[in-house]
Amino acid sequence: MHIHKYEKWWLVFGCGTLVAFLIILGIGAFHNGAHPNESKQTINYEKVDEIAPFDNPGVHKVEGKEWDYEVVLVASMFNYNPAVIEVPLGSKVKFIATTKDAIHGFQVAGTNINLMLEPGYISEYVTVVNQAGEYLVVCNEYCGTGHSMMHSMLKVVDENAIVDNR
Amino acid sequence: MQPTAVIKKVAPKDAKLAMANMYVAFIALLLGGLAGLLQVLVRSGEFTIPGGIKIGYYQVLTVHGVLLGLILTTFFIMGFQIAAVSRTAGPLTDKQRLMGWIGFWLMTIGTAAAATMVLLNKATVLYTFYAPLKAHWIFYLGLTLVVVGSWLLCAPQIMKFVEWRKANKGETSPLLTFMAVVNSVLWITATLGVAVEVLVQLLPWSLGLIERVDVLLSRTLFWYFGHALVYFWLLPAYMAWYAIVPKIIGAKIFSDSLARLSFMLFLIFSVPVGIHHQLTEPGIDGFWKFTQVVLTFFVIIPSLMTAFSLFATFELRGRELGGKGVLGWFKKLPWGDSRFLLPFIGMVTFIPGGAGGIVNASYQMNQLIHNTIWVTGHFHLTVATTVVLTFFGVAFWLIPHLTGRVLTPVLNKLGIYIGVLWTTGMLIMSGSMHIAGLLGAPRRSDFSTYGGSEQAYDWISYQIAQAVGGTILFLAIILITYMIIQLAFFAPKGEEEFPVAELAPGAEKTPAILENFKVWGVILVALILFAYSMPLIDIISNSPLGSKGYSPW
Repeated sequence: MHIHKYEKWWLVFGCGTLVAFLIILGIGAFHNGAHPNESKQTINYEKVDEIAPFDNPGVHKVEGKEWDYEVVLVASMFNYNPAVIEVPLGSKVKFIATTKDAIHGFQVAGTNINLMLEPGYISEYVTVVNQAGEYLVVCNEYCGTGHSMMHSMLKVVDENAIVDNR
Repeated sequence: MQPTAVIKKVAPKDAKLAMANMYVAFIALLLGGLAGLLQVLVRSGEFTIPGGIKIGYYQVLTVHGVLLGLILTTFFIMGFQIAAVSRTAGPLTDKQRLMGWIGFWLMTIGTAAAATMVLLNKATVLYTFYAPLKAHWIFYLGLTLVVVGSWLLCAPQIMKFVEWRKANKGETSPLLTFMAVVNSVLWITATLGVAVEVLVQLLPWSLGLIERVDVLLSRTLFWYFGHALVYFWLLPAYMAWYAIVPKIIGAKIFSDSLARLSFMLFLIFSVPVGIHHQLTEPGIDGFWKFTQVVLTFFVIIPSLMTAFSLFATFELRGRELGGKGVLGWFKKLPWGDSRFLLPFIGMVTFIPGGAGGIVNASYQMNQLIHNTIWVTGHFHLTVATTVVLTFFGVAFWLIPHLTGRVLTPVLNKLGIYIGVLWTTGMLIMSGSMHIAGLLGAPRRSDFSTYGGSEQAYDWISYQIAQAVGGTILFLAIILITYMIIQLAFFAPKGEEEFPVAELAPGAEKTPAILENFKVWGVILVALILFAYSMPLIDIISNSPLGSKGYSPW
């Protein structure tokens, strides 16, 4: 098949940038471990309240793990438990979340923390919270009439700053 | 000159079938557009749906998505492709046409059934109908009829192509017919996923025959279909760009082989990529998500080929008309011709549209914008601008051609105003959706201040901008409805051309391999098996207790 000379240049340049871009994404994923949520743990969604760790939602400090805090979160129509999450600035946090009914989203607006919560599955994401502030958490997957009323707050607290203020 | 071998017109009986599809498509545009207007107004926070009308925001959202994403597009595409096949490969046989009519009526009955359930508030599940939200079974049945009906409209196109090839051994098939067939094959392959989802899971579940449904499996089957769906929308626009727009501007087709190659590449890279819509979901391994991200990116190659080929066509034509210098050719293009201007704007908006798509599919980058209104902004650039403006440009000559009327200079001018209005409205609306999405505003949500949050407050000004853009768009829809009625019933009688471009003189013969559906079919099936076998086995073997249904509306 005849391919025009400029067409060849254009394709080589285009495909070259494409490959370079994919390599960067791949290094991010498989070398630096920057994967979106990919947990394959399952749970009986009808008994979420009775099963650890979801029988005790909240922020828990942990020892001897790769992360400092675990945020255990249960979503249901149309709220999150806990309603407010408070973690110290600079800590490494693991979000562990699930739903008791329909599909919900767990999106910390303006950040990369963005998980789909599906009945029967546990969603997980580990990140370092490195900017102090209050972040709105919204449900970003339509879950019924109360969907847009479903929200909570992630507070990243600079502990030193609080001491200074006192 | 070979006056006998060239078919100039769509046969009158085929024209009736094509027009039937057009009527439904443009009624869907009007009603779906009205639903869109209500949505942007409500979400601006400045307006509520009047109390007397008992219809909820999410109901309106479902109407908008189903009518515009599924009904307008499918009917328009079927009408256009039937006309294109009849024009370039010859009239359908009576049997083929009858099959097409049965398909049309199944689609129409299905649409009416599904729409009724949505209006009764029994199917407020949005057009993605994600389990475990459960709609009335008639809604699922209606959508099934739409899909089955569309197969019956695809079949005659494929049969006509096979027939043509048998009658003209060794010759290259008509480009438009070939393209219509590729899109039909793509559609049938893709809809198999959603057909399995609905027939095996959702329909028996909503009928109460089975109690629980595997949610992740249903989503994976949906997106196997759902991403290819966007190429099903896009390929008819490409048909117009490759094979029709050159004729309108007086140019020749830059390369027949290139056009066919890009269509085959779109076919094989459109289906095995649906998991890139599920990047933030649990239950699917990162390796397979990444694999589908890579496959998704391959589709950029035919897009680059298309961009090159089309702009080469424009430049060659502009220079032929005496355009000098680096960009002088640009001024020479027929900007006053609505049949050219609207598809051209469509092509240009596909550049930012495609770039946004790359962000969406980019594995980690997806986390920032997943399910934010950025995504809504993205597909309002791609399908609602690129594809829809091209469809409008097509309708402006296709409808008078089919009804035996002409596009008058006055109507042509109206077409230009519609294009300008549409572009303005869409840039305002889609632009503010993109920005609000980057700031975190979710998609598919009613107006909310989220408990007076400062972040949510920042989103509201963009939501007001969306309402402004959406209102301009609705004005354009009123104008286009007027224009279509004129073109179908009142424009002066005459002969409007169905433009089909010819190959550039001295073009090389198209390699036969590009028309060999067996070879490309094997590659397609192999890629689908590669991309989906392991994830599906994983999902099924790792499946949790299935989910009961919820109808929280």
